[in-house]
Amino acid sequence: MSPFARDLVYLAAAACLILGLRRLSSVKTARQGNALAAGGMLLALVVALLDAGIVGYGGIAAGLMAGSLVGTLLARRLPMTAMPELVALLNGFGGGASALVATAEFFTPGRGEATGELVAISLGLLIGTVTFTGSLVAFGKLRGLVASRPVTYPLQRTLNLLLFCGVLAACAAVIAEPGRQAVYAAALAAAALLGVTLVLPIGGGDMPVVISLLNSYSGIAASMAGFVLGDRLLIVGGALVGASGILLTQLMCKAMNRSLANVCFGAFGKIEAREGGGEGGPRTVREFSVEDAAIAMAGAQLVVIVPGYGLAVARAQHDLREVAGLLQQRGVEVKYAIHPVAGRMPGHMNVLLAEADVPYGELHELEQINPDFPRADVALVVGANDVVNPAARSDRASPIFGMPVLDADKARVCIVMKRSMAAGFAGIDNPLFYLPNTRMLFGDAKASLSALVAAVKAS
Amino acid sequence: MILALTLGELSASLFVFLLAVFLGFEVISKVPSTLHTPLMSGANAISGIIVVGAIVVAGGRGGTGFVGIVAVALATVNVVGGFLVTDRMLSMFRKKRP
Repeated sequence: MSPFARDLVYLAAAACLILGLRRLSSVKTARQGNALAAGGMLLALVVALLDAGIVGYGGIAAGLMAGSLVGTLLARRLPMTAMPELVALLNGFGGGASALVATAEFFTPGRGEATGELVAISLGLLIGTVTFTGSLVAFGKLRGLVASRPVTYPLQRTLNLLLFCGVLAACAAVIAEPGRQAVYAAALAAAALLGVTLVLPIGGGDMPVVISLLNSYSGIAASMAGFVLGDRLLIVGGALVGASGILLTQLMCKAMNRSLANVCFGAFGKIEAREGGGEGGPRTVREFSVEDAAIAMAGAQLVVIVPGYGLAVARAQHDLREVAGLLQQRGVEVKYAIHPVAGRMPGHMNVLLAEADVPYGELHELEQINPDFPRADVALVVGANDVVNPAARSDRASPIFGMPVLDADKARVCIVMKRSMAAGFAGIDNPLFYLPNTRMLFGDAKASLSALVAAVKAS
Repeated sequence: MILALTLGELSASLFVFLLAVFLGFEVISKVPSTLHTPLMSGANAISGIIVVGAIVVAGGRGGTGFVGIVAVALATVNVVGGFLVTDRMLSMFRKKRP
């Protein structure tokens, strides 16, 4: 195939990727869009395989088959509750592949000598490696293999800064004096370490930001490899993903009213719970039994459900839907209130509830649903905490002051399902639990919800 | 085999990169939050386009074939896993209760 013909097919593939991504942004066309992007990818793959420069196909075939097998198994077998860690893992693989391509180019004789090329190789190496190790740490945190709380140690930021400078210096040395393999290896090792130390201090609740950011990095790393190889398709594909990741990152930060720097370096959630909130005196918590909750909800006109990460942990989405279904049969209006950063990745709750067959029309975003809380008879909070903390609206001293929250406290009765009185991810006390209209329903969400199913049926 | 990067190519590539970044922002700026996860995993699969570069590297004449093959495998997991899981998620999104 002539280079010109190849470029034309690549152009068509790029168009498929762009149109596919565009269609992914509307529920009706999303599935088509995904298929279109996959088709573009297949087209590009076939053309790459026809490349005249390829001397042996054995290794490529082995790599493609092994990758397809693992990818298919991961995508088909993992439960929906494991989506955040799967997305993190896949991200890491993309970043790792980009770093390896940059490395292979560096070590190919006759390549990696022009300065422009070396800059792109260094950037590809740096971003790709940070994406790879950073994603693995994020995967570990989401899977519970690494502490989900922020891991901090003395001089953390200083050490990270020094490490970052070290990586940059090593990259500069690679560019200034090409061919020094030891320097390249040092840059690789330092970048790998940097990925780990950058993600370690970020807590589990900030994972939506981290995952979108790493998503963006994996795209930029692919773009850099495109610069090295002079491959426009790689540049376009990578840049699209880079931009979409950055956009999502911004959305997530905005939903928490925090800057990206604060999320990345603030070690948020490390703050110890403040003693009693300074209000003085013991505060009382009012409890509900499952039967009380069933009676309150069965007699309601409008019930708003606020799901959080605890719902995913308890894998109770099906039980929740069953409760909602029973209420709807009785003529109760049920709405779900979805906070943008509820869960561990952007849109986590939407996927979780979709799996339980909750139609997306019943899911409402923060701005849409907040006006409904004052007319709701019951707000049912399942495994959510910081996203319903009223202190974010009123308490200037609160670390999450200014974060947009769901107004669950404004419902006539607010039922909070929670395992214990332990503080949420941010380690912040939640005044919602002590309000006169709040009732706590302690216990595992799955156990409570299945008991609630029986109680609603009986009432 | 691919040509070494000349300055002319570099500037053309920078143009392409910049335009694609703006395009990326425009294309997905209005995505509803319902679709944030599928969008992310779909975009993630697109970043697996690096598989094209990996194939070129893995099949080249240099002594770097093995590194390239590992890159092909990793990128393929990214592509195949990404598109399949996105499809699986999207197949669950329903407008009405079944």
